[in-house]
Amino acid sequence: MEPIIRVEHLCKTFDGRDNTVHAAKDISFDIERGDIFGIIGLSGAGKSTLVRCLNLLEKPTSGKVLVDGKDLMTLSGKELRLMRRDIGMIFQHFNLLMQKSVLDNVCFPLKINGIKGEKAKKRAMELLETVGLSEKAHAYPSQLSGGQKQRVAIARVLANNPKILLCDEATSALDPQTTKSILSLLKEINEKYGITIVVITHEMSVVQEICRHVAVLDHGELAESGTVQELFRAPKTDAAKKLILTGTEQIERMHGEYLIRVTFGGQSSFEPVIGNLVLEYKTPVNILYADTKNIDGNAEGEMILQLPEVKETADRMIKDLKAKNLGVEVLDHYVG
Amino acid sequence: MWDSSMTIMLLEGTRDTLYMTLLATFFGYVFGLPMGIALMVTAKDGIQPNSKAGQRVYAVIYKILDVIVNITRSIPFLILLILVIPLTKLIVGKSYGSAATIVPLTIAAAPFIARMVESSLKEVDRGVIEAAQSMGASTGRIIWSVLLVEARTSLLVGVTIAIGTILGYSAMAGAVGGGGLGDIAIRYGYYRYQTDVMLVTIVILVLLVQILQSIGMMLSKKLDRRR
Repeated sequence: MEPIIRVEHLCKTFDGRDNTVHAAKDISFDIERGDIFGIIGLSGAGKSTLVRCLNLLEKPTSGKVLVDGKDLMTLSGKELRLMRRDIGMIFQHFNLLMQKSVLDNVCFPLKINGIKGEKAKKRAMELLETVGLSEKAHAYPSQLSGGQKQRVAIARVLANNPKILLCDEATSALDPQTTKSILSLLKEINEKYGITIVVITHEMSVVQEICRHVAVLDHGELAESGTVQELFRAPKTDAAKKLILTGTEQIERMHGEYLIRVTFGGQSSFEPVIGNLVLEYKTPVNILYADTKNIDGNAEGEMILQLPEVKETADRMIKDLKAKNLGVEVLDHYVG
Repeated sequence: MWDSSMTIMLLEGTRDTLYMTLLATFFGYVFGLPMGIALMVTAKDGIQPNSKAGQRVYAVIYKILDVIVNITRSIPFLILLILVIPLTKLIVGKSYGSAATIVPLTIAAAPFIARMVESSLKEVDRGVIEAAQSMGASTGRIIWSVLLVEARTSLLVGVTIAIGTILGYSAMAGAVGGGGLGDIAIRYGYYRYQTDVMLVTIVILVLLVQILQSIGMMLSKKLDRRR
């Protein structure tokens, strides 16, 4: 099936006073219909620029953005406006109309689409119900919490039944608890309405929570892309490794020659792998960090181990672990 | 010296001043509001159209408006008053009196108002404009439903400032037979050394500005939903 979004050789440069910033360098990827696609990168990696190119809030310097097979760059102003009704967007700072009530905010896109009066109000109330905020219909955004504001923004963006929903750091201004509830709402929307969701974030936890596919951006370049599971188990690039480890900050302080990260999913989560290892070699290993994450419905384990400081033993242990089909990486060069 | 005719004169002066001020403010906004909106929208960091050709047209419109506003703003009001006498005669039929003063007042106020409107609209959160764009809103829709709505308290404060300034200008018009309180203050206070009359007109002017200012601020506060 044709991808709903296809990005081909996209480049974006910003001309500064005395330098040119390359926010996107020759980026190509596809997003499948109905997917939840994450674009992750550290700040300054160019992810916001990239997502803003997907609805042409930012114009690419070169390259193509195809939505539903149509090249956005070739559309007239009017055609682009119609196309944008199919591409909703939510933002880090919500961007609600501060002088309008919650209900009027949700009615706004309907008004743009020519739906007015009672009909619009009824639809807006339904949407507020969907996001669990119907009792706040007559409140103003300034009276709401961050999470509630984002819910209003989500109701607003759903008003015109978009095919795509772009989320530009939509949870970055929210606390972890609220982030979770917004993410589960997005997941629900994806499942219920089949809307393709593109999530921009700098937090690996957000990607792990809801995304199926992910692209890693690093200094304007696409470092790697694939399923979230692949990325979690075997990150190929340094950029990806860094992002995966940011969730486990305490590792920053850990030093040692034989530090490894072991990932195990599905069956192996239940096997006493480490226990067996210790028994077999009669040498203790130090567990510095361990966690189990739910990635796209699967339990994925993650562990940081310090192996004995005898090179042969450590090497053999790594080999053994690899033989058990676990993801193993030596962490030396980017820790500490 | 101070009799009922004096009181009547002052009352009429107040009425004329209000008449000139409010009508000139009104006409000032008739011209200044669209100009201010156009300045904000066509600016480089405004709401750029999609096509390159459109962007060039915008740049030209902005430049023209910018120059017009700057030129008009730099002419001292007293000079402008005399400069536009032919136009005033054409529109009102005479060059003196309250009605005639409205013409130069409007011409002086419009660019000033345009700048204030421009700066009010520029205060509107960029993100909200982008949200509207991402929904597929046209520029007209953004102006009407986003800019003017989100900036309304700031615009109202602008109206209050405009009224105060125009009231001051209208008193200046008194120097060339413009009518209203300024006219009285100059005729009695300056030519006839009746300081008491002048003082009374000053008190009335201060009160007028004070009252209009309070009403404006109260309204803008009442309409603000941000708190």
